[in-house]
Amino acid sequence: MRTPHTRMNGRTTADRSSSCAPRAARAVVVICSAALMASCGGPSPAVVVATPVPAADTLPTTTVHAPAPEQPPVVPAPRPLTLPPVVTRDLSNGLRLMIVEHHELPVATFLLLVRSGYEEDPAGAPGLVSLTAAMLDEGAARRTALEISAQQAMLGARLGTAAGYDVTTISLQTPTAQLDSALALFADVALRPTFARAELERLRAERLTLLTQLKDRGPSIADLAYPAVLYGPDHPYGRPTLGTGRSVQRFERTDLRNFYRTHFRPNNSTLIVVGDVHPDSIVRRVTSAFGGWQPGRIPARAASAAPAASPRAVYLIDKAAAAQSSVRIGSVGVARATPDYFPLLVMNTVLGVPFGSRLNQNLRESKGYTYGARSQFDMRGEAGPFTARAEIVAEKTDSALVEFIHELTRIRDTIPMEELTRAKRYLQTRLPGEFETPADIASRLVPIALYDLPLDFYNSYSQRVEAVTQADVQRVARRYLDPERVAIVVVGDRKVIEPGVRQLGFGEVHIRDITGAPAGQP
Amino acid sequence: MLGKLMKRTITLAVAAGVFGSLSPVHLVAQVPAGAVPRLAVEKFTLPNGLEVILHEDHSVPLVSVNVWYKVGSSDEQAGRTGFAHLFEHVMFMGSRNVPVGKYDEWLEAVGASPNGSTSQDRTNYYQTGSSSALELMLWLEADRMGGLLPTMTQDKLDLQRDVVKNERRQSYDNVPYGRAYETILGALYPAQHPYAWPVIGSMADLSAAALGDVNTFFRTYYAPNNASISVAGDFNPDSARVFVSRYFGAIPRGPAMPPRPAPADVHLARDTALVLEDRVQLPRVYWSWHTVPAFHPDDAALDLLAYVLAGDKNSRLYKRLVYDLQVAQNVDARQSSGRLAGSFTIDVTPRPGQDPAGVARIVDEELRSLMRGGVTAAEMTRARNTFLARMLDDLSSVQGKADQVQYYNYFVGTPDYVRQDAERYASAMAADVQRVGRQYLAAPKVVLTVVPQGKPQMMVKTGGGS
Repeated sequence: MRTPHTRMNGRTTADRSSSCAPRAARAVVVICSAALMASCGGPSPAVVVATPVPAADTLPTTTVHAPAPEQPPVVPAPRPLTLPPVVTRDLSNGLRLMIVEHHELPVATFLLLVRSGYEEDPAGAPGLVSLTAAMLDEGAARRTALEISAQQAMLGARLGTAAGYDVTTISLQTPTAQLDSALALFADVALRPTFARAELERLRAERLTLLTQLKDRGPSIADLAYPAVLYGPDHPYGRPTLGTGRSVQRFERTDLRNFYRTHFRPNNSTLIVVGDVHPDSIVRRVTSAFGGWQPGRIPARAASAAPAASPRAVYLIDKAAAAQSSVRIGSVGVARATPDYFPLLVMNTVLGVPFGSRLNQNLRESKGYTYGARSQFDMRGEAGPFTARAEIVAEKTDSALVEFIHELTRIRDTIPMEELTRAKRYLQTRLPGEFETPADIASRLVPIALYDLPLDFYNSYSQRVEAVTQADVQRVARRYLDPERVAIVVVGDRKVIEPGVRQLGFGEVHIRDITGAPAGQP
Repeated sequence: MLGKLMKRTITLAVAAGVFGSLSPVHLVAQVPAGAVPRLAVEKFTLPNGLEVILHEDHSVPLVSVNVWYKVGSSDEQAGRTGFAHLFEHVMFMGSRNVPVGKYDEWLEAVGASPNGSTSQDRTNYYQTGSSSALELMLWLEADRMGGLLPTMTQDKLDLQRDVVKNERRQSYDNVPYGRAYETILGALYPAQHPYAWPVIGSMADLSAAALGDVNTFFRTYYAPNNASISVAGDFNPDSARVFVSRYFGAIPRGPAMPPRPAPADVHLARDTALVLEDRVQLPRVYWSWHTVPAFHPDDAALDLLAYVLAGDKNSRLYKRLVYDLQVAQNVDARQSSGRLAGSFTIDVTPRPGQDPAGVARIVDEELRSLMRGGVTAAEMTRARNTFLARMLDDLSSVQGKADQVQYYNYFVGTPDYVRQDAERYASAMAADVQRVGRQYLAAPKVVLTVVPQGKPQMMVKTGGGS
């Protein structure tokens, strides 16, 4: 494969028959906007028109076919995007519903967002939120973990739990014919998890093993060490979201139940429903299933002290014999509430999102150092990290770092108008594709729910992208990206890469262990 | 308003006592094949042999264009493994009227991110974007189908060679257990068998690839008579026919595909035990058996068997090894089937301190138990429902549909096969699943243990028989 293409709902396009090598590795672009698609004209007709393959001698014989034009055809303006309405309803207990009709297939997606996530991990106890989320479907009401698993499969439904920053989620996809039974299961998991002891012990053991296995993976080590380096252990974004061996060993059932009772409240939650449903009937069903959920006071969380910016430094983590170095470069970025959202969106698109972006064109398509390079701003409740990243062939680690810094410097110059326009078109024309399936649509509504964006956010998305100027992009590049003050985290074979990296003179070189903490002396 | 093609009746069978009297869920829902939509398709062939498949879906203002070339890694020669995939990469490096870099640039400007993939059996190229971009997509695909070579250079080949080597590192060499797959292939298949090497190829063979190989490969395989193009989404079929003819019509028919003699059936004479050291914390044991090609009558039953063994929490191996005994961290089972052959693979990762041989014995016990006692109706329902749900997922996007119709067209000869594919799963019986377990998993197998460095003694050995 040219780029490993992960579909927006998480599926990979892999040939069923055998291992498939894709052309390029590209992360999912989760655009935080909600341009919703119109269902125009209804679904395809049921009639199959199978034209028999004409025999060669029945075709008109033309001895010469006109050659194809040498110029590409002009692409007409796309159909204007019309957004189906989001019906909202607040239950009396504070649970907010967001409902979108999508009648292409007889399925419905439910996504319960509890607006508390990893940032709520207690300082000394990382991994609590993640473990609590994992435990939700390991026993609920009178259903055991095995029953919950069997029941969803028997219904043809799928139920999942997950945690992230700012949110914990429970998801359900179900055929609409099974909606009532599936919703009952979903409500039990959301409202009546049992945190059964035996299951907690089982998950604890699994998690402890998983933590040791992370040592096997350079990219995973880099993903853990980088935020630890940027934020430090005193900031909620600097802690390992899966926890540590010690913290996971210590969690008690009461810890999970207390987190659940405190944060899993209707007034702290939004339920998104997308699919072959009708709002009134959904409101009735959800009121019946979730109406008894008691609101509660959600403790306010004090804002975290922003970490001080440091001069540029390199943090080297040894992974013996690694064929590639896992590189993560950047600094603390912005919160989702930033007034600079659209200029940053456009700027980062130029820098490191599409295949044609600067980082990828340089590091992959010009130098051949990597299978793919990209950049992103994690915009959360507070300022999440800006990260430029790639997996670099070991021998070119130092050369790649030079290119990364070169691009982070060059992005601060005026972006040529043509390049800026291309980035805008990319963002604008991708919108319909981001809203194709019920799962896609539900995902696009998540930032609206979490960050109190206006419901019609996507109506003006294209115009707001269009309005971004060269000056805007330059301003945010200079304000938020300072190549003199980035942290450079590299996980790779120290023997191979260290001499070259030191020679770059990119700042002090710190040797760190796999958690990002200072390592012992070599 | 529901689509007319959707049948909504779901057969409900009351399974009394399945979940016990306490649970409110006492209905079993068998998702019938009828719940899977039938795709309306039109297929025709140009005079130059290019097959064209059209599927309209006006529910979204998107269109997906997907080209399949009937060449994959199984067509490679010794010493040039990985070439089909490397060639896929160079197909994006510009063509007669498309300067290098413009393929991506022009499509990204219309909301499409072009991509491709290579498998053992075929190479595909796809892009999904604004429906207004259909003509551009077709023009671009036609330009490289007809005119890749004039602009091909050594530099372009060298660059993509480096990129592909990085892909190999990122997907296999720098990944724990990353070399298990190619090790198993090399043991399952004789050295000359088209499935004996991985799609990504070896580093040495990638280094050996030459510009002359690119020219030869293109002339041999990249011809309209060896290709099919599908268009799915929001388009006008009359316009699509006009565009296809205008842009692809002048590409001359190429030579017939080189004959691809079916390799002799492969059978392992005896169990083969292998060990591979890797930089891993935990060992992992793989079992692999020969099975059947895609769409063989037993193919669907083997898929269902894989689910019954390791598809969910209640599955035989997961429940015993991971849930009850907790001697394994994870377990997976999968039927992989291609044009020429298929294989069934189980892998288990023992927990720290667990002896792989002990875990292997339990896997063996569970397989024998299934072969003896068969599978239950509930297991069959869970398995079928999951496969049908996955099919619905694949069909929920225009990109998925564009690829699925190609898949059917290539493997069974017609793009109109969704319902029959669903029917394979819906009609497979518990007795079929038991039978394929007995027939295929009692035969000789490859057993590979990937062990931490310096721990070859963790290798699982075999008894030598079935």
